[in-house]
Amino acid sequence: MAYIKKNKGFRWQHKHLLGLRELSAEEITYILDTAQGFEQISTRSVKKAPPLRGKVVVNLFFEDSTRTRNSFALAASRLSADVIEFTQKTSSVSKGETLLDTARNLEAMGIDIVVIRHSAAGAPKFLSRNINACVVNAGDGYCEHPTQGLLDVYTIRKIKGSLEGLKIAIVGDIAHSRVARSDMWAMTKLGAEVIFVGPPTLIPAEVGQLPVSVSYSLDEVIEKVDVINMLRIQFERLGGNPFPSIREYSHYFGLTVDRMKRAKPDILVMHPGPINRGLEMESEVADGQNSVILQQVTNGLAVRMAVLFLVNQAAAQIS
Amino acid sequence: MRVILNSKQIKQILDDLASRIISQTSRELDIATVGIRSRGEILAQRLSSRLSRKLHKDVPSGTLDITLYRDDLNSPQSTDQPQVRTTEIGFDVNDKIIILVDDVLYTGRSTRAAMDALIDLGRPKAIKLAVLVDRVGREFPIQADYAGYKTDIAPGKLVQVFLSESDGKDEVVIE
Repeated sequence: MAYIKKNKGFRWQHKHLLGLRELSAEEITYILDTAQGFEQISTRSVKKAPPLRGKVVVNLFFEDSTRTRNSFALAASRLSADVIEFTQKTSSVSKGETLLDTARNLEAMGIDIVVIRHSAAGAPKFLSRNINACVVNAGDGYCEHPTQGLLDVYTIRKIKGSLEGLKIAIVGDIAHSRVARSDMWAMTKLGAEVIFVGPPTLIPAEVGQLPVSVSYSLDEVIEKVDVINMLRIQFERLGGNPFPSIREYSHYFGLTVDRMKRAKPDILVMHPGPINRGLEMESEVADGQNSVILQQVTNGLAVRMAVLFLVNQAAAQIS
Repeated sequence: MRVILNSKQIKQILDDLASRIISQTSRELDIATVGIRSRGEILAQRLSSRLSRKLHKDVPSGTLDITLYRDDLNSPQSTDQPQVRTTEIGFDVNDKIIILVDDVLYTGRSTRAAMDALIDLGRPKAIKLAVLVDRVGREFPIQADYAGYKTDIAPGKLVQVFLSESDGKDEVVIE
């Protein structure tokens, strides 16, 4: 192979993935294209490839997670990396060790990539400025959850071909949702129109400055959209009483079989998981033919492999 | 820039490679071609159609992306970044004679990567290497079973292969 592969001079240059807000449409598309190349590792019989062989990936999770943590762990091992799992509850953080000390101690053992989930927005950025390893944000406060945003647009793109011109509703507790924010950045950059839907108490105050429109009525929006992403009501995050009762919330904002009858026949139904069945959506909808929820999970693996691969490559270029 | 192979010569080389493969492979065995992205893939398809025609049976063709198996991923590179693309092999590689196809064989590192990628997909009965251009400068103990044009040009020069399906013309040049 004597030729040089030309990508019109594009290079992925970020050794960290902190958010989607600061990425260009071209960079996001590059991640999605790369993810496509990783899909088949998960379907063939030898589910491993060697690019991260000898590299150590640390899952630094200060908040509960099954889906994201396992997804990153599996993605890393599929690329032949070694994975260290760190959960706050069983760590020395309970003895008062700071975030920075925790990371520096791990780094002293020789780690290459830190995947961090933290309740404080900006924690990944803070870490990226203070350690040498690559930092991948797996969710920071209400700020961003970039790999979720990426796998969401990857799922839509895979089925619809392109996001250009699509109308996408994101429904639920937008105010406390980092998924909504990462989705918003990725979707709008790729040409889609995003509508936040929820009760006024769960729509963030700054929404006027964001590139989205808002509706307080799911019924008004359901007929117009090509994709609907239902967010989980995060009981662990809600303060006060943003709605009178769970029943009232699901009456107005739940995705029911009846509402689906008024939706476009090829509408995509998405959810980042885990689903509160009967609350955000009825079981028949979650398991119905428009639902791509499980595909999101499968695609999440390919996307995370792509992200780990790319940040590792960028770090190798810089050294 | 010097043209070393024109389209007629390329066609003759492919005809010749196909004949040699057939004469050295038992007819009972299943063969398939697998091309190394991206020009190897085109050559593999061309070889497959010749083999299918002469053997009166389907010789399938697949595409291998070796980006994930390269040995230079963790070192700084001054050239453009390799992009991960898809491997598309729509048949079972187990127990088949796989003709691995590339445009230029030089250091042998791509072939090593391709073999590692291929055996992660199954266990071929045998892997044979067919290349359009075989140039001197091996860094690994790898040889072509079927080589088209052999050349010993200096290491600093670049051998560029153009194929009509991707570049609009069939030509091999040295720069």
